[in-house]
Amino acid sequence: MEKTIDARGLSCPQPVLMTLEEIKTLGTGTLVIVVDTETAKENVSRAAASQGWGIKQVTSESDGYRITITK
Amino acid sequence: MKNIFATRWGIIVVGAVIGVLAATLQKLGNPGNMGVCVACFIRDISGSLGLHRAAVVQYLRPEIFGFVIGSFAASLIFKEFRPRAGSAPVVRFILGFCAMVGALVFLGCPWRALLRLAGGDGNALFGILGLIVGVGVGTLFFKTGYNLGRSRPANLTAGLSVHVLVIGLLLLGFLFPPIAGADKNDILLYSVNGPGSMYAPLAISLAVGLAIGFIAQRSRFCTMGAFRDFILFRHTHLLLGVLALLVAAFITNQLLGQFHPGFQSQPVAHTMSFWNFAGMGLAGLAFALAGGCPGRQLFLAGEGDGDAALFAIGMAAGAAFSHNFGLASSPQGVGPHGIAAVLIGFLVCMAIGFGMRKNEG
Repeated sequence: MEKTIDARGLSCPQPVLMTLEEIKTLGTGTLVIVVDTETAKENVSRAAASQGWGIKQVTSESDGYRITITK
Repeated sequence: MKNIFATRWGIIVVGAVIGVLAATLQKLGNPGNMGVCVACFIRDISGSLGLHRAAVVQYLRPEIFGFVIGSFAASLIFKEFRPRAGSAPVVRFILGFCAMVGALVFLGCPWRALLRLAGGDGNALFGILGLIVGVGVGTLFFKTGYNLGRSRPANLTAGLSVHVLVIGLLLLGFLFPPIAGADKNDILLYSVNGPGSMYAPLAISLAVGLAIGFIAQRSRFCTMGAFRDFILFRHTHLLLGVLALLVAAFITNQLLGQFHPGFQSQPVAHTMSFWNFAGMGLAGLAFALAGGCPGRQLFLAGEGDGDAALFAIGMAAGAAFSHNFGLASSPQGVGPHGIAAVLIGFLVCMAIGFGMRKNEG
């Protein structure tokens, strides 16, 4: 099962910080980040792309977004 | 739907539009190099409400209310309005307080630091340097586990509290507008002289505030985040917006004859370089720890973030204390207790930086 980061309710720059830390640890693979604001979704997606990770899927949930990224 | 404002060109255009509008507000009556200053304007609002009695800085600045309502409108239209609160609210209030103390030692928030530079005020360089250093110190805390904890979804009443407050204050402004030559109209105080007596027509100020609130909410424009993201991640996204603001305001000032390079006799500024640096350093640290510049805090408040709203209310309280206790600077230099206030402010922010650690649950 892929690793999931729950960044809901955290303000800037925590969601990006957590994502980049995990990307560094994993190197490659699949990572799921759950966020609760559109801003965090954009920031996490932008940060992932800057590290060469692809945005595989973004699903809208009742309390935010589930972003799946891969490399 | 893709958010075009959140693209690279989106943030550049938003920064440029803010720069042009701010410089134009100065032409239309706002104080020099103060087309938009979130710290100064919240301070003026505190003054108009009589929370401090500095007679030269009292006016119910409509731009601030426009920021919140414009952001609220954008968040409603694009379905981003999300009432939330509960991420260390009292700490955020105190950070807002400290940020205002620092900003009033420099005489301006990061927005005004850029506008001052764009108007030729060399003293702003020390403020911007302080801002970068303060934000840089803040990023060190983030790297070592600093965290204010999670906010939680709140109910609609909580989410709309600050909007009711803002609309109420705006209505007071309409009911009791300034009267030429009078220092008050019933309950609201108004400056007869000084920066508080200088303002663009109310409708224009409000319209510009609404427009900026709308586009800044969409683009997530943030003057602190610009430096933080660059220092922390080498991300230049927000920084491009800030640079666009600076360049656009500079060009507009040139066209409007508002560019006056130098250090002496700059509008609402002093020449004590170290305290310009340290004041904005304190503000920068407080903004970094709270996750947004003062403008961004207002835009977040507009989209339902109660913690950001409390930061802004902390700024209003900080402004009142700054002027009541002689902490704020004037064109003559730092206030009688400004230096002590900056030192205490740093101690408080450092204590918050070291003390607030991961607290899951």
